[in-house]
Amino acid sequence: MLNAKTRYKLIPYAFLGIPVTIYFIWIIGPMLYSFYLSFTKWDGLTAPEFIGTKNYQMLFQDEVFYISLFNNLEWIILFMTIPIALGLTLAMVLNRDIPGAKTFKASFFLPMVLSLVVCGLVWSWLYSPHSGLINEVLRRIGLGALATGWLSNPKVVMEAVITVAIWRQVGYVMVLYLAGLQSVDQNLLDAAEVDGASALQRFFNVLMPQLAPVTVIVIVISIIDSLRAFDLVSVMTRGGPYNQSSVLANFMYIEAFNNYRMGYGAAIAVIIFIISLLFIMFYLTRIAREETNA
Amino acid sequence: MPKRNNVPLAVKIVLYLFLVAVTLIWLVPIFIAIITSMRTNADIMSHGFLAMPKTIDLKSYFEAWQRGGLHKYLPNSFIITMPSLVLTLLLSSLGAYSLARFKFKGRTFFYFLFVGGTMLPFQILLLPVFKLSDALGIYDTYFALIAIHTAFQLGFCTFVLRNYMMTVPVQVMESARIDGCTELGIWGKIMLPLTLPAFAAIATLEFTWIFNDYIWPLVLIRSSEKMPVTTGLATLQGQYVQDWTVIISGALLATIPTLIVFIFLQRYFIAGLTLGSNK
Repeated sequence: MLNAKTRYKLIPYAFLGIPVTIYFIWIIGPMLYSFYLSFTKWDGLTAPEFIGTKNYQMLFQDEVFYISLFNNLEWIILFMTIPIALGLTLAMVLNRDIPGAKTFKASFFLPMVLSLVVCGLVWSWLYSPHSGLINEVLRRIGLGALATGWLSNPKVVMEAVITVAIWRQVGYVMVLYLAGLQSVDQNLLDAAEVDGASALQRFFNVLMPQLAPVTVIVIVISIIDSLRAFDLVSVMTRGGPYNQSSVLANFMYIEAFNNYRMGYGAAIAVIIFIISLLFIMFYLTRIAREETNA
Repeated sequence: MPKRNNVPLAVKIVLYLFLVAVTLIWLVPIFIAIITSMRTNADIMSHGFLAMPKTIDLKSYFEAWQRGGLHKYLPNSFIITMPSLVLTLLLSSLGAYSLARFKFKGRTFFYFLFVGGTMLPFQILLLPVFKLSDALGIYDTYFALIAIHTAFQLGFCTFVLRNYMMTVPVQVMESARIDGCTELGIWGKIMLPLTLPAFAAIATLEFTWIFNDYIWPLVLIRSSEKMPVTTGLATLQGQYVQDWTVIISGALLATIPTLIVFIFLQRYFIAGLTLGSNK
């Protein structure tokens, strides 16, 4: 029999036991195993064969890798800037007591509950070259020259897909800013106005600094979500045409599960992970700071 | 108080109308989806999308439900989502209780492990979890999905619940402890009831996340009998190439469960989103 003190010391571990075990088996272990796999040649059937850094050497010479990396970068930039601009504007407008504010908010929330698959399908239909809404409207208003195969034209396909991601994201960013605005000190804004600060000065010098914590969260979430973006590309284009809408996550999936180059796929996954890790670490250090301050 | 209402009424009205316009444009994809689902493909193809539909036709809903397979995909989504949801909430509340209420070695380490995990790109897990499921003999079963969803969502739920539990006054638990309540009893009878608001919030959020997940069934489920509605829809898309009315009807049917959650639990849904980002 353990004495009471030792038993008391073991209690927290007892509570953590099952969740941590599951977490290690399904998350931490697999994560580490991917690193190992990235140094192997593996077709998914026979045993993985160790080949050193060959996968990475191939990867850095693979044109599709660079296209995907560039597309991810474009995704990050658009997915961050446009939802922040729109979401913050909406939050500031809807934070006031204007008639119908609830309905407006709900309208922008709505896309958030649709799965990305549903969003991808609905927008694929809007983009459809022959009878899709966008081209039909363009033709009807005399801009038929602009009508194109939005998902088959290599020049616009990536932006067409990112648009859908943005459409779904704005509501989320708006929610976060609406919550952030609740903790903004109205007295500071009023004081600045009394002191003769212009609307722009009040916005950039008084409001934005107070909203900085929200902005940081939004930026981190946007980057992480952009890096793991997969569903829309998979449903709408599968990375085509000519890999022009390929992103790293989709590139990884196709190499691993369609081409059975699983070691190669693991190497792509490791690259995605390492890029994400920079931002995960940044986020964790922020949380650590708050923890020690609290 | 300075005057804030110095904007002329006319300008206000114009801005308001602008807001109405933006909102309507935002909802266009949803309106279009609903209209499309009630038309026939032949009608759209021959008269164009902008032509006034002559009749309302709900056949494509039946087509998507029966031959399109939604009658099996949609129940499958529930079979996968509900156990994952219950398990992840139960397990994370255990872990969160420990992290919030006890001081012990490894406390910060485990906490950061869970928080960091919420942002993990799942690409790093795809291949090993695929292999693990195969080795455990659960590949192509509901269990494979329930296991990974439970495990993956543990991070986020533990994070939110732990922070919420930190706000519960210590005295409440101390007095229970003095009254001879066991630790498990304190967790179940005191902590859980007090954390119900947080539970409601993350449960709604997690329901939509797990229900809407696409990548895991893509990797872990092969037979269409076990597919949830997300990969089911992708199959439907291949089955009905260019037959947009059926594809869109299927997409709308697939949205009903999360839409219901959204309509009735919007408050919790929004609370969940902000809870997760506050810290």
